[in-house]
Amino acid sequence: MVEEKKFHRQFNYAFIDERTKKEIRRKLLKAVCIPGYQVPYSSPEMPIARGWGTGGLHITLSLIGKEDTFKIIDQGSDASVNACNLRDFVKNTTDCDTTFETSKATLIQTRHRITEEELKAHQIMIFQVPQPEPLRGVERYEKKTREMHAEADYAKMWVSLYESFVRFGDIMRGAGYPVKVNGRYVMSPSPIPRWDIPNLSDAECLYLFGAGREKRLYAVPPHTTVEPLEFEDVKFKIEQFEGLKCEITGEQIAFLDELYGSDGKTTHVVNDSDFMDQIKEKERPIQWVNRYLTEKIEKTFNKN
Amino acid sequence: MGYVAVKGGSEAIENAKKLVEFYRLREEVSPLEVAQIQSQFRLAIDKIMGEGSFYAPEYGALALKQVEGDILEAAFVMRAYRATLSRLYYSEPIDTKNMFVERRISSSFRDIPGGQILGPTRDYTQRMLQVNLATEDDEDMQKFLTEFKEDVKGAEKEEVQTFSKVVDLLREQGLLKGVGNNEDTKLMDVTRVAVKYPAPRSARLQMLARAETGGIMALGYSSMRGHGSVHPTVGELRVGLVDVHVTDNRKRKRYIGKVRVTEAEMISKAASKSAKKVPYYSIGYGLCFGQNETKGICMGILDRAMRIPGNNAPANDQEFVLYHTEGVESLGFTNHLKLPHYVTFQSGLSNLRKAVKRDKSSEEEKKEGAKTNGVLQQVNDDLI
Repeated sequence: MVEEKKFHRQFNYAFIDERTKKEIRRKLLKAVCIPGYQVPYSSPEMPIARGWGTGGLHITLSLIGKEDTFKIIDQGSDASVNACNLRDFVKNTTDCDTTFETSKATLIQTRHRITEEELKAHQIMIFQVPQPEPLRGVERYEKKTREMHAEADYAKMWVSLYESFVRFGDIMRGAGYPVKVNGRYVMSPSPIPRWDIPNLSDAECLYLFGAGREKRLYAVPPHTTVEPLEFEDVKFKIEQFEGLKCEITGEQIAFLDELYGSDGKTTHVVNDSDFMDQIKEKERPIQWVNRYLTEKIEKTFNKN
Repeated sequence: MGYVAVKGGSEAIENAKKLVEFYRLREEVSPLEVAQIQSQFRLAIDKIMGEGSFYAPEYGALALKQVEGDILEAAFVMRAYRATLSRLYYSEPIDTKNMFVERRISSSFRDIPGGQILGPTRDYTQRMLQVNLATEDDEDMQKFLTEFKEDVKGAEKEEVQTFSKVVDLLREQGLLKGVGNNEDTKLMDVTRVAVKYPAPRSARLQMLARAETGGIMALGYSSMRGHGSVHPTVGELRVGLVDVHVTDNRKRKRYIGKVRVTEAEMISKAASKSAKKVPYYSIGYGLCFGQNETKGICMGILDRAMRIPGNNAPANDQEFVLYHTEGVESLGFTNHLKLPHYVTFQSGLSNLRKAVKRDKSSEEEKKEGAKTNGVLQQVNDDLI
């Protein structure tokens, strides 16, 4: 009988054992208490490869309950292959409801995007983070970056932004633009485009970040100030998509994907797949409000 | 958009899963039995158990079968499985002096108390393809086993003994200095906490024991070849079975089984801190699951190398060594590059286009190529 049983073990609810889930939740509480601070945690191995969203999964699985509705996007798309795989995994181990609709989700796991639709107080957005350390580019040693954060010594980071301006005429940071959280910690927002950065600040929802391979968790609680690093005279800018619109919906105020057709033509479509579906099938969901978007809207529609 | 086909994701991965299963079986050769893999791919299983940090030969064999023989992928499957098991006990420290030795050599001395025991090794065989194995059958196997047993029958049986440690000879003469281990007051379990640097030695040794064999071999070799200053001698290398005990809730020591381990004690000369003092020998220690001598030796080299102050060579730099030899993590992250990155790319692209525009309009002069290359580099840095 023992022989029979050996290979037929049942996995725990939400895969991870309860004690580890508890540990992750405790570390998340710490992360919420110190916005932007990277909290080390156990980061147990998952049946998903490192670098493929294990940190996000740890958070999702330690928080998810039977009443939750789960949504997961990868590069803005619900149907991206890895998102599908992770959704199946979460569904199989928890039997929770899943959705593509942003407004219906309580937990949203994401890789490299924030939804175009504004999130509400009952929603939690969970980021998969490849490199939690914003200073890694200027300082390779973990020991030293920890010291730099402790002393709020961000001089090297400022110099690197300045150098970028001097050499190339602008702060050349693309995705993952460094931000300062609550006036204290410099934080990597994960590789979301600059378009999404302003939406981290003073949001209704809770943002949680999980870097599985690097074993760090951090958070931006609701209504916390998040500022992109910029100079008085050289400012942070979002992607502009000037004069471009979505080929399918005609939408102009959304992050656009650039597509190259086999006929050599370049077209653009809305990146956020649910946002596009909602516009197509129902009505345009309520978008985030921030001054960069307001500027963009004014510029776009005054021109037309 | 290729593999982000709208709403086709689930179906595509389902098909890919079926297809890879088809590739595993399509030749219609009878399926491998787990027992066959376990007994005849012994060294592969040892690697899987070491890198998977989970001592379970049968599960290791199953994992190897499941992933069509990719050892690191099998180790990954083992890690994922072990993560679902609760950590109930820590074993009592194992004293390898009590090892049931199957193999034991020292290259520091011509003869050692108890003698050199070659044991099962391919070290002194000619690595020629053994074509007769292509047609090996049950009869051949039985013939060999019968002959082998006949040979052994005649041999004198001595009482099973344990062996004292070669390094103890040096220690007794005061030539070998202890490591100190002042940094370790308590074992740090790297599977339960995120390691902070500098990591204590208990964490370093655990991470090396779980590291990918090829990875630590590359760095261990670099240290011997000249990037660093470790020129070690094998003080003693032993492979054998050790008993594992745990203390239960009622403080009783309980025997829970045996594991096969490889232990390497590497001796190298260490310079004293003060110029006046004489140099002395210092040990580098390696211990890993199964018979994996390359790993044991390189672990010993790196244990020693990481204790050399200053990060003058890759092998002396513990953050460098420990982060990058973690096979399962490196494997995952390397392969994550296959995930779509178009949003990230778009974000960098808009910067690059603007910069190129600025570059062209402002100075139509020279250096255009050089500058654009710089911009490209920056954009590449942004892509994670």
